[in-house]
Amino acid sequence: MIQFVLKRLGTTIPTFIGVSIITFLFIRLIPGDPILLMAGERGMSDERHAKLLAQFGYDQPLWQQYWDYLSGMLRGDLGISFRTKRPVWDEFFALFPATLELSLCAIIFAVFIGIPSGIVAAIYRGKWPDQLLMSTALIGYSMPIFWWALLLIIFFSGTLGWTPVSGRISLMYFFPSGTGFMLIDAWQSGQAGAFKSAVQHLILPTVVLGTIPLAVIARQTRSAMLEVLSEDYIRTARAKGLSPFRINGLHALRNALIPVVTVIGLSVGTLLAGAILTETIFSWPGIGKWMVESIRARDYPVVQGGLMLIAAMVMFVNLFVDLLYGLINPKIRKS
Amino acid sequence: MAIDDTQAQSETGAYELQRPGRFREFWSYFSENRGAVAGLIVFLSFILIAIFADFIAPYSPTDQFRGNLLQPPFWQDGGSTKFLLGTDAVGRDMLSRLIHGARFSFFIGLIVVSLSLLGGVTIGLVAGFVGGWVEVMIMRLMDVILAFPSLLLALVMVAILGPSLINAMLAIAIVLQPQYVRLTRAAVLAELPKDYVTSARMVGSGTLRLMFITVLPNCLAPIIVQAALSFSTAILDAAALGFLGLGAQPPKPEWGTMLSEAREFILRAWWVVTLPGLAILITVLSINLMGDGLRDALDPKLKRS
Repeated sequence: MIQFVLKRLGTTIPTFIGVSIITFLFIRLIPGDPILLMAGERGMSDERHAKLLAQFGYDQPLWQQYWDYLSGMLRGDLGISFRTKRPVWDEFFALFPATLELSLCAIIFAVFIGIPSGIVAAIYRGKWPDQLLMSTALIGYSMPIFWWALLLIIFFSGTLGWTPVSGRISLMYFFPSGTGFMLIDAWQSGQAGAFKSAVQHLILPTVVLGTIPLAVIARQTRSAMLEVLSEDYIRTARAKGLSPFRINGLHALRNALIPVVTVIGLSVGTLLAGAILTETIFSWPGIGKWMVESIRARDYPVVQGGLMLIAAMVMFVNLFVDLLYGLINPKIRKS
Repeated sequence: MAIDDTQAQSETGAYELQRPGRFREFWSYFSENRGAVAGLIVFLSFILIAIFADFIAPYSPTDQFRGNLLQPPFWQDGGSTKFLLGTDAVGRDMLSRLIHGARFSFFIGLIVVSLSLLGGVTIGLVAGFVGGWVEVMIMRLMDVILAFPSLLLALVMVAILGPSLINAMLAIAIVLQPQYVRLTRAAVLAELPKDYVTSARMVGSGTLRLMFITVLPNCLAPIIVQAALSFSTAILDAAALGFLGLGAQPPKPEWGTMLSEAREFILRAWWVVTLPGLAILITVLSINLMGDGLRDALDPKLKRS
């Protein structure tokens, strides 16, 4: 196991360095002077230009800049936003809970509908429940989620008037954010209606962000269940006369869930990509919206730092899932 | 027994007769899957629409009929058969724009898949054949690309290169590259120890011949399936970039760009929002249906029973 962990770390560390080089080079690849680009058409005096170049470290040799970037990153310093003049690191972690809350809700939604759907489809293989569920899953899988969001807004916010269109909570409520998770903060504030308002704001973004993971999980659960159901020990269990519920629910599901859990773990990247669109449409103040706004505003330190942190997070979760998978399944460790 | 017969036949010179059989076998598997056939039909009509857009579309996609702003489709009150699917906020015919949008999506899918396929397969072949530190470097680089959420990486690349359709396609092609590299390398590594490769080496085939003529054809099945799936990913991602204002720029009738222009009319004119997205969904769905059928027909191991 230790060997497996070391081997896996041996591929993660070079990848991490590669990611840091790429994110570093991105900004330097932009044709032209980043300070002038940021200033836009206003322009600036030579002194101010030189001062800003020095402030952001762009006057140093490239390797020196990279070294400062890398060592700064390990200290939790990713530079300062052009727009807000606040540290990128602080901005990221101030906004991150919003994205985390939305992503967690989306993945819970996807798991709680996706896994049962996959099980039902596998049990009724080839019959109408299977066909219905799998056709729906394929539609979900093919869905342009930015359009799906607009459709849901038209129906639930426009026609029915049930849910609000943007933000995390109604402007009527104000309370200090303790945990950063709106649901928990609203609950703790004790204000009447605050929690309900937070839930209403959360529903549509959750459904939108959870749609593709839901489809993937349902398809994956179905095929994993089908594979397990054809194993010998399931036949033995049937021969022993165990109830279908025990066979499907206990024997088969437990083993079928291993690949499903991996899929869930590896969907972090998909979720973050989906969060970019979802947060932009619902004005959800998370890192996806923040990245899009920074890209549009050419706030390069934010783009660079945000990209780096997001990639680091994806790598960390993938590493964690792989190690967990190796722990559960000795075959993976050996290969 | 049946398998032995086929092999014996092909070795005794009846090989020419076997060739059409392979396609027929593929087709018999493929056509068993009704969804896949439906997907193929929709996809073929999508291609025809894309190619003959100029002849099918009733108007030019950029002609503005200033007297008919936001006119609903013909079956609704206020609609007319002059504009079957209504008009948008500056009076352009929705149907014509959707038809021309098919051309953009088809073009995007084609270019992105060709670029990422050619690049990815070549790099994957090199990684598989050369091995050693070259392989390690290539695979680590692919890991680096895979560490970024694909849409985010494409967004940042477009932001650097400047927002345009060409740059969006380039960025998506780069983002899709690693999957081809990994698939090709894995397939090559599985093929290399086989006898036919050894015998080709013994009779003196050069490395290039081994790569592209001996080994590659036997690695194609997963690559073809991947190509179908990345065609739909390319269309979706390009539309998403267009929607965020970083893909095709207005007034180009790209479906994602149309959606982003239509956002402000979301509660007033359902057709300007609903129709472009529906076009994306139908196209992507048909390609995914086809991809599932292709996978089942080409890769018996993954066949869903």
